[in-house]
Amino acid sequence: MTSTATPTLALEGVTKRFPTGTVAVREVSMALQPGDFVTVVGPSGCGKSTLLRLASGLETVTGGSIDVHAAATSYVFQDATLLEWRSARTNVELVGELRRVPKQERRRRAQEALDLVGLTGFESQHPRQLSGGMRMRVSLARALVADPELALFDEPFGALDEITRLQMQTELQKLFQLKRFAGLFITHSVSEAVYLSTRVLVMSGRPGRIVAEVPVPFPYPRPPELRYEPEFAELTGRVSAALGEHS
Amino acid sequence: MTILEAPASGLQPATAVETRRPWWRTALSRAVPIVAALAGIAVVWYAVSYLVLPADQRFLLPPPHEAFGSALSNPALMGPMLEALARSAGVAMVGLAIAVVLGIGYATVMSQSGWAERILYPYAVILQTIPILALVPLIGIWLGYAFTARVVVCVIIALFPMISNTLFGLQSASPAAHDLFSLNKATRWQRLTKLQFPAAVPSIFTGLRNASGLSVIGVIVADFYFQQGAPGIGGLLRTYTLRLQMEALLTAVTLTALFGVIVFSIFAALDKAVVGRWYGGHSR
Repeated sequence: MTSTATPTLALEGVTKRFPTGTVAVREVSMALQPGDFVTVVGPSGCGKSTLLRLASGLETVTGGSIDVHAAATSYVFQDATLLEWRSARTNVELVGELRRVPKQERRRRAQEALDLVGLTGFESQHPRQLSGGMRMRVSLARALVADPELALFDEPFGALDEITRLQMQTELQKLFQLKRFAGLFITHSVSEAVYLSTRVLVMSGRPGRIVAEVPVPFPYPRPPELRYEPEFAELTGRVSAALGEHS
Repeated sequence: MTILEAPASGLQPATAVETRRPWWRTALSRAVPIVAALAGIAVVWYAVSYLVLPADQRFLLPPPHEAFGSALSNPALMGPMLEALARSAGVAMVGLAIAVVLGIGYATVMSQSGWAERILYPYAVILQTIPILALVPLIGIWLGYAFTARVVVCVIIALFPMISNTLFGLQSASPAAHDLFSLNKATRWQRLTKLQFPAAVPSIFTGLRNASGLSVIGVIVADFYFQQGAPGIGGLLRTYTLRLQMEALLTAVTLTALFGVIVFSIFAALDKAVVGRWYGGHSR
């Protein structure tokens, strides 16, 4: 996909003030082009998740504007958020069901998405029969099944154990390389932010503002060993320093 | 195309090969505590009959073999008793069925908006808190003393657990799951049928289990107070009490208890079977 002049997601001076008076995010501007994978790091409670909810339309802004140019947007939640009574396949098919995609078509697409995330053979398993990492894979398949041009991730790997988490990171950047959606990924892990993204945005404590932007030049696919390179450490150092100054 | 490696857990897709204990051993291990409990009751019963009561008062609690023996060997007594039990069972099941439909419907309406819940919930609470015995005379006056009135008593007493459990279930889906539906532009109907109802299934069965037990209590209460027309088992309990027919009374009480246990067990087993299957069988 070639980069176009119209950004997939554009935030212009976005502010969110809740009815309680809390200002969750203040004056945030950013633009995501196709092929961008932007991670947002910040201390907990800084409004990172609010930013994502605003971008997805789950919340409305109280100041500024948001423009989305994407035929399909998907959202990956903190928990896998699977329906316990549905199998892996029918969980992925849910998106098509809600959007009234014909049955054969949605079944075929669900199978493709499940194959893509390495769940071939696990289609008929229910969430309770799957491990945390596999549940998250189902969640990723559900996000990919609509072929999104914009994919939003709300700390999806935060609840996973360290080993599974690293594995999921490796796989997500492979999926990104393959699908080339514009990605916006919220995390509080600096190394996760640098490893996944083309650009890291650092948010301050509440009210959240973007206080630093760190471009990540490494080409995809990124090997897991990248995390031990001095250039990687240099970037995580810069992000951590920005976090430390503004938290 | 697979670009991701298979999960490194070494798991294979479930082939559902299980080594299970033979069914009769499972049945036996379940039956032993029940049999032991019944034996315990019998021991206490005999002890009271023979050790606590003096011989001239033993008619107050004849020992089990005398109580059941004389009643069970008397067809003129057992015939009407079993007929009455069947009549009561019919009333209880009709009442339960109505309570289930009404309760699920009422809870569904409540689940659709905050104000619907605020308006409708107090009625459910009133229904639950008014002592049923205070209502029974009114129901008798208004609806007579036959089938309809008895069913109504059953419904009133069994309705609340259906409403409260269904409502709890309909509201049990996580906020994130609701967000997922919102993001995919789900209609209210889709949200209800694909998220809220399926999420409520386990709670609805819990409600059904509780309501089934209560419907049995309801029918006994109704029988007890509504004496006109063909008697239910509760009506016979009253008759036997008034005539001080201790053997018949004890047998009827035992039958009633047995009936309650059987109804509850059926619905508890149903609950377990359905809810287990709902989540795709056994968990790992």
